[in-house]
Amino acid sequence: MFQTQQKIISNQYPAWKYLLLVVVTVIGILYAMPNIFGDNPAVQVSPAKSVEFNEQTRTQVAGILENANLAVKSSEFENGKFLIRFKNTEDQLKAKSLLKEALGRSAVVALNLAPATPAWLSGMGGQPMYLGLDLRGGVHFLMDVDMEAAVEKAYQRSVDEIKGRLREERVRYLPFEAEKTQIEIAFASTEYFQSGAELLQNEFADRFIVTTDETTAKPRVTLRLTDKAIAETQKYALQQNITTLRNRINELGVAEPVIQQQGDRRIVVQLPGVQDTARAKEILGATATLEFRLVDEKGDPLRAEKTGFAPNNASLEHFRDGRPILLQRQIIVSGENVINAQSSIDPQQGSPMVSVTLDGAGGRKMLATTKQNVGNRMAVLYIENRVETEEIDGKKVKKRITTKDVINAAVIRGQFADRFQITGLDSPQEAQDLALLLRAGALAAPMEIVEERTVGPSLGQDNINQGFMSVVVGFILVLILMVWRYKFFGMIANVALTLNLIVIVAVLSMLQATLTLPGIAGIVLTVGMAVDANVLIFERIREELKNGSIQNAIYSGYEKAFVTIADANITTLLAAIVLFSFGTGPIKGFAITLSIGIITSMFTAILGTRAIINWYYGNKRVEKLSI
Amino acid sequence: MSTATETKMINFMGQRFLAMLLSAVMIIASLGGLWMKGLNFGIDFTGGTLIEVSYQKPVDLTVLRNDLANAGFDEAVAQHFGAAEDVLIRIAPREGMNSAQLSNQVMDALRAASADPIELRRVEFVGPQVGDELTEDGALAVLYALFGVLIYVALRFEWRFSLGSVAALVHDVVITLGVFAWTQMQFDLTVVAAILAVIGYSLNDTIVVFDRVRENFRTMREADPVEVTNIAVNQMLSRTIMTSLTTLVVLLALFFLGGEVIHGFAAALIVGVVVGTYSSTYVASAIALILGVSKEDLMKAPKEDRNTESEEAELQRLFLEQEAKREAKLASKGIKEDE
Repeated sequence: MFQTQQKIISNQYPAWKYLLLVVVTVIGILYAMPNIFGDNPAVQVSPAKSVEFNEQTRTQVAGILENANLAVKSSEFENGKFLIRFKNTEDQLKAKSLLKEALGRSAVVALNLAPATPAWLSGMGGQPMYLGLDLRGGVHFLMDVDMEAAVEKAYQRSVDEIKGRLREERVRYLPFEAEKTQIEIAFASTEYFQSGAELLQNEFADRFIVTTDETTAKPRVTLRLTDKAIAETQKYALQQNITTLRNRINELGVAEPVIQQQGDRRIVVQLPGVQDTARAKEILGATATLEFRLVDEKGDPLRAEKTGFAPNNASLEHFRDGRPILLQRQIIVSGENVINAQSSIDPQQGSPMVSVTLDGAGGRKMLATTKQNVGNRMAVLYIENRVETEEIDGKKVKKRITTKDVINAAVIRGQFADRFQITGLDSPQEAQDLALLLRAGALAAPMEIVEERTVGPSLGQDNINQGFMSVVVGFILVLILMVWRYKFFGMIANVALTLNLIVIVAVLSMLQATLTLPGIAGIVLTVGMAVDANVLIFERIREELKNGSIQNAIYSGYEKAFVTIADANITTLLAAIVLFSFGTGPIKGFAITLSIGIITSMFTAILGTRAIINWYYGNKRVEKLSI
Repeated sequence: MSTATETKMINFMGQRFLAMLLSAVMIIASLGGLWMKGLNFGIDFTGGTLIEVSYQKPVDLTVLRNDLANAGFDEAVAQHFGAAEDVLIRIAPREGMNSAQLSNQVMDALRAASADPIELRRVEFVGPQVGDELTEDGALAVLYALFGVLIYVALRFEWRFSLGSVAALVHDVVITLGVFAWTQMQFDLTVVAAILAVIGYSLNDTIVVFDRVRENFRTMREADPVEVTNIAVNQMLSRTIMTSLTTLVVLLALFFLGGEVIHGFAAALIVGVVVGTYSSTYVASAIALILGVSKEDLMKAPKEDRNTESEEAELQRLFLEQEAKREAKLASKGIKEDE
């Protein structure tokens, strides 16, 4: 290490380094600034699917707000959305219900907190940090899509098609149903088996692996979905569920919902600011589907109830109040064919009703059925699916629970196709809920909430306050410690530490990374650890002062400490990276702030302090260092 | 530089066997705690439901427990959380009930039993399956971190140091876990994050000492390994104390002001920082010594040093490329500074 003394030593920084520092400081302050302005209560109005706002809506919205005499702070129309700011939450809530009433289903009206960043700042892209749910309040759900059920359903869907084809080709088969992971078809004779196997091989080999077995008395063909078909089915199930969730969440009126795929079978749903979590869960959690089936008028439902046996081609179902009814097995239309459903009041009877719209295929089937069955009854079977996890003998077993209710059995008054009404619902609320679930469409596979984290708004605010307080107190304590130990150099380190904090906030704001409570903990920890670089440098300078000149000590203090600092910081970064790659939500937040803090601290603690020291002491005759 | 070492030397390494005995006792106690009491796993790992509610007046927990039992939640655990008005209710995963229903039912039961409005502050539900996954991920993360460290230190220094530092980290993690076992503080996901941060911090500390040990090996070839290490530890002593102090100060701020949610996190880090500071001296360095940073190794040192030195320089260049360029420029211009 003696050779360093032979090096040419200079404690002067070129102008560009100062310029760089100034630029970083200015940019840091500018982009950290949006965080100090707070936010305004606002109402966000965005168009529902397939609706676009026009001049008319604008005047309508403006008219509503004016008539109600609300204290509107400002109103913007951007990206096809309205953002209306209010002076207080009272007016905000009033405006929300007024707008919702007026715009109805054509718009999603949501409460929001709009950042009060001045226009010149937001014009430069300045935005406040994005707060996580634990800070702003809201609901986080992790939904698990039941993929086994999705695959099972894919088999069920194929059964009809296979039977149809076999019948068309006059291949006689023994009765079969879809199984969970295969379809097994037995044939009455070898001839039928051969032609059947050929047909299946030719027409279904793109989706199924077709295997034959002639060794048994009744030769059979087994169909199993190919891996690719299974993967596609699962992908489709996930996509459909995401779409369904999105529709349902639009109903809830959430300003910035997050609906994201996580992994192969999970969906993350985040609803910031949602307060009525119970309702959110009800709407998200249930999966409803419908089956429209004719009522079997020939059989006696009471007898079937007593004996437990339903006549052929019929199944025993129940109304909600327990009355039994026999329904024909054949499904006319299922929930998948339902395009839309809306609740309203029947103008004739004054009772709640739901108007249903079917897709083309559904409409055709409905028309064919109703044509022949005017005067007969058609029932709507409401099927609710949920998945529950149970522990049996220490093993976790998933159980699918299906509840079926006949919600309505009404006489077909005339033939109809793709538009009709369901009446006989108990209350407007029930009509609304049913319409909502119908609209959201039938799901490809049931979902289960496997993780939920709900933070109430008051806790969120408490978390912000407590987090802010601990940052401030921790920061001030570190400042005091540094001045106590390193005098003037400590003050320089404090300037660097302050700059570091500003830069961290600026980077977080620019990246729009989610700030969580553990994230704040990461910032606090960074404050404590960031001074380590300066501690290392200053201790080294003190040491070097004992055996050399002042300028020399400053120079080699920085040079020698650098390797140690780099080493130490890389190891911490290593841990942060592991944290990040492993972490879920909040832990990721901690890893992000910690990593950003480590990197920015390298800049501020080394370059920043050196610049000040060089400017103050550099290449000057100094008697004594205040260290 | 040798002059600096003569003043105020504390013979840390002299007590290294005593220290190792202490470490051994602490580790045995920690393992004992883990074996006998186990960790008080939070719902992140066990699965289950956690509900935090806030009343307007202080709540009598026995009354509240009764209300819950009447509603069919006999197994619910209720305790005050931070204040007498706040209550935390924990319910183990139960059959035939999903989270949506559960928290709604609990809230309904509590609302029915209370005259004043109750505020729902937080609901956390973790399904048993997710709990298992998180446990596995958490354990894997700690292992990955340790493995990454093992490789990094082996590359940057030497395998003896590498083993020494990993031993120190395992030591820190086990003792931190031990403290959580004995105190029965809630062990949740944030604590795992804290333990990973402890690994980062403790390693940071260890590396700083090792760095100085290596440097001293080069400059003081006549000294024996124990002496070299001892000098390094002494040289870094004020730094170690100062950094631990600043870190502890902010952690204490976090512990007392950060709120209940962050309590376990801060506690784990406080324990980890204290133990980590101690272990970088007594465990990491001592084990490197025991593993035989011997006379022969020292004789070979110059060769190895040159290698590591060039690596070092490369790393330095990566980070301070501009700095290096400027240095070269200044040198060529012949700007000189001397005293």
